[in-house]
Order: sequence, then C-alpha cells, then structure tokens
Amino acid sequence: MSFVLDCPNCGSREVTDFGFGGEVTTRPTGRPEFKELNRYVYFRDNKAGVQREWWVHRAGCGEWFLAERDTRTNEVIWTARPADAPPARAAAASEGAPR
Amino acid sequence: MRDIFRKRRMWKFATELKPRYDVVIIGGGSHGLATAHYLREHGIADVAILEKSYIGSGAAGRNTTILRSNYKTPEGARFYDASVKLYEGLGADLDFNLLFSQCGHLTLAHSDRAMFVMANRAEVNRLEGIDSQLIGPDRVQELAPAMYVGPDTTYPIMGALYHPPGGIIRHDAVVWGLARSAFEGGAEIHPYTEVTGLRRQGDRITTVETDKGSIEAGVVLNCTAGWSSVIAEMAEMQLPITTHILQACVTEPVKPFLDVVVVSSQMHVYISQSDRGEFVMGSEIEPWTTYRMQNTLNFLQDLTRHTLELFPQLERARLLRAWAGLCDLSPDYSPILGKTEIENFHVSAGWGTYGFKAAPIVGKMLAELVATGKTPELIAPFALERFYTDELVSELAAAAVSH
Repeated sequence: MSFVLDCPNCGSREVTDFGFGGEVTTRPTGRPEFKELNRYVYFRDNKAGVQREWWVHRAGCGEWFLAERDTRTNEVIWTARPADAPPARAAAASEGAPR
Repeated sequence: MRDIFRKRRMWKFATELKPRYDVVIIGGGSHGLATAHYLREHGIADVAILEKSYIGSGAAGRNTTILRSNYKTPEGARFYDASVKLYEGLGADLDFNLLFSQCGHLTLAHSDRAMFVMANRAEVNRLEGIDSQLIGPDRVQELAPAMYVGPDTTYPIMGALYHPPGGIIRHDAVVWGLARSAFEGGAEIHPYTEVTGLRRQGDRITTVETDKGSIEAGVVLNCTAGWSSVIAEMAEMQLPITTHILQACVTEPVKPFLDVVVVSSQMHVYISQSDRGEFVMGSEIEPWTTYRMQNTLNFLQDLTRHTLELFPQLERARLLRAWAGLCDLSPDYSPILGKTEIENFHVSAGWGTYGFKAAPIVGKMLAELVATGKTPELIAPFALERFYTDELVSELAAAAVSH
C-alpha cells in the first residue's frame, strides 16, 4: 500500500515523491572495533512495528527529515526535522543499541 | 483413468506438538519443506515444520516461478546452477509433475553499459559450464517473434543475455511435492502454528515457544524469508536484512504467443506466459521497508506501461489478480545461509527476489549442515560471518530486477 508523508517544508505528498533513508541507527563513538563498525554498517533491527526512519523529499525541497511509521500497516505517526523530533522512547533506544 | 478422479490425501497435518524434536524448522515454505525432504537422505525424521499460515503462503506461493542460474559472481552462478540441476530431477525425485518448462530466459540490454555487464555475466557463466550467451536484436526477435523490438521505443533493445536452461515451473506443485515427501519421511507439518518466542541460553536455543505450546529443539532453522529479522530478534540477534514488498500480477488467459521468459532490468519488468495462457508479470521491490503485503497503484501503472512497450498486443488484456510478497533483502544481494553466532540456530535468509530459485539446493545444503554439523563448501561464501570480514558476494547487477 502506498502512503502519504508530511514533508516539513512542502506538506503532504505521496511516498513516490520521497527517498527512503532506512531505519535510524546509532553510530559507534570513540574508536570502535571493526566488528562494531561492520555491525553499524550492515546489521538492522528491521522491525515489524513502529520504526523511526529517515526520509528525503527527493522530488521536492530536498530536506532530510525523520518519521515514525508502523511497518505492519504503513501508518505514518509523525514526521519532523531532526531537531524537532520527539525523543526516542527508552525502550526503542535500548533496542537500537548494538548488542 | 480412475486415478484422475480419486481424491488422494498427499499429507496429513500434525495436530499435537510433541514436547521435543531433533530439528525444528520455522517456516513452511519451499526452503523449510525442501530441508525436511533432504533430511530424509540423512535418516533424520524427528522434524517439525512450524508455519504460521498455510504451507506455501509466503514467498513460495507469491513468486513468478522463474528459474535460472546466469548470475554474475562465480559463487552465485555455481550455487544457482546446482539448484537448476536439482530442479531438473525434482519431479522424478518427488514423483510429482512440477510442470517445469526450460523454455529459455532472455535478459534484455538497452544500453552499452548493460551489454558490457551481460558479456561479463556470459563469460562467468560459461566458465562455470552454464549455457549463457550474448545475442543481438535479430536473434532476440527470432526467440520472441511477438515482442516489439523496433528502434522507436523508449528503451530500444540492443541485445540480450540468452540463457536456454532458464524457465518456469509450477510453484505450488513444488510446495505440495516437497510437503508430501517430508510427510512420508516422518516429518510433522504444523500449519497455523506461529512461533511467538525463542528461549536462548548462552550459545544455544533451548525452547521454541508457539501459540500452541512450547517445544524443545535440538536444532532450530529460521526459514522465514521476509520475517527472518522478527525470528532473529526472538533469538536475541540481528541480521543484515531489510524487508520490502515485491509485487506481481497476472492477466486473463490469452492465445499462446510467448515461449521464453523476458526480463528487462532497465524497464523493471519480467514477463512470462503460463501454461494456461496467462501473462505473469512482476516488478522491482519498493524502496521502503514494510511488512504490509498490499499492492501500490504506481506499481500497476509502471509495470503495465513497460509491458505494453514490449507487447502492445496486450493492450486490451484484463488483469485477473495482483499481489505482493515480502522480500528479505541483504546488502550484497546474495543469501545468508548456514551457521550463526548461536550454535544450534541456522538461517536461510537474505533471499531478496531470488529465494524460490534456490529452494532445492538450500534444502540439500541445510540438511547436510544439520546432519554433519559442517558448512558445505558450496554455501561457505554465503555465511553470515562475511559481513564481519567484508567478504561480500555482490550480485547487484544480476539479481536486483533480473528474475
């Protein structure tokens, strides 16, 4: 099913207007081991449920923004610029952390 | 004659779960059932196949039934060639007509760059002993006389990679034949049994929890394709996989006029005509991840537009059905097959848009892995470990849209 996203600048547009940037991941800090780096580069939660993800308004203003979407229904819960995004819930944050 | 009208039960579904099985296969699709089928060769019969819906309800029943082995890497080509060879003998092996038609497979090239990549693939294929060759537009027209090969199209055809052993097979028959063999070998098939959790102790999975009760398991296999990450999360591990939908559709039956499989990566279509005369057409995955199996309008618009450029005769054909299935895409477009960091938990995942093609060889290799505890050489390049050692097997050019 296609869906509609709210671009922070341009408003509601069809999903075909946007580029998908994948789920939000946590970048390793300091001097990570190769294993940790590879985990960051390749491995994903790929959640069946509410997922925080990056989008870019490719056919419009070019802005990168965040969204939360339920991947089981494609219901978009919110979209926002990174600075305006609600803080990640504690549970979501710990699930996103490298294991 | 009487045999035609006799109702034969091919398998019986198990009703009660036993408290323990040597092998628990999660996913009753082509890979799970093929593994149970080949486990017979090793004398392993204490097997349970857990399927959350009906068997073959996922990718095994939603693919466009195309088989081929003209991949780009030697590892990939060798692996899929072994699969096509198993498919060639599978009907006899299962004593079930799989309607396998090796009608030939054309991957169209619309640019110099595509011609170069296909020449490269043809060379790799021939080194592996696979029949695969680069052909010009005249030969393309000979093989598909009804296709429009003229120069005045959006994407003129410059040539094609021709792969004679490629073709189409009856996908449901593959599932049914494998299920019957698994059942006859003593494996239990549990449809409508959803895995809800895995209990992990250190490096082992001890218990598989389902909505019908908990079972202990010697070895657990994750053969759930699009849902692989969900099962992996229950085992407290991550996979380098994202889940996307892939869509396909089928027209009403028309007079037979196409007897090769036609694929165009540039136009994002693959087209074949089934034995019933229906045109089966598929497209590229959607770029965003989702678990919702529903079609999109832009898929139908793009697919039909591109199909009509190749086959203007279909202008008045009506679509019977369209559907979507889940694809578990890996970063290098090659599968993730075999051992994981958990000792008794193996995966068959990362199948993207090419899982059905590999079903028998996956079954054979996983069965060997379960029986011997050693990774067979053929699937060693596809180990999960490659993402930690940066030894990727890139099939991007040969796997993305090219079915």
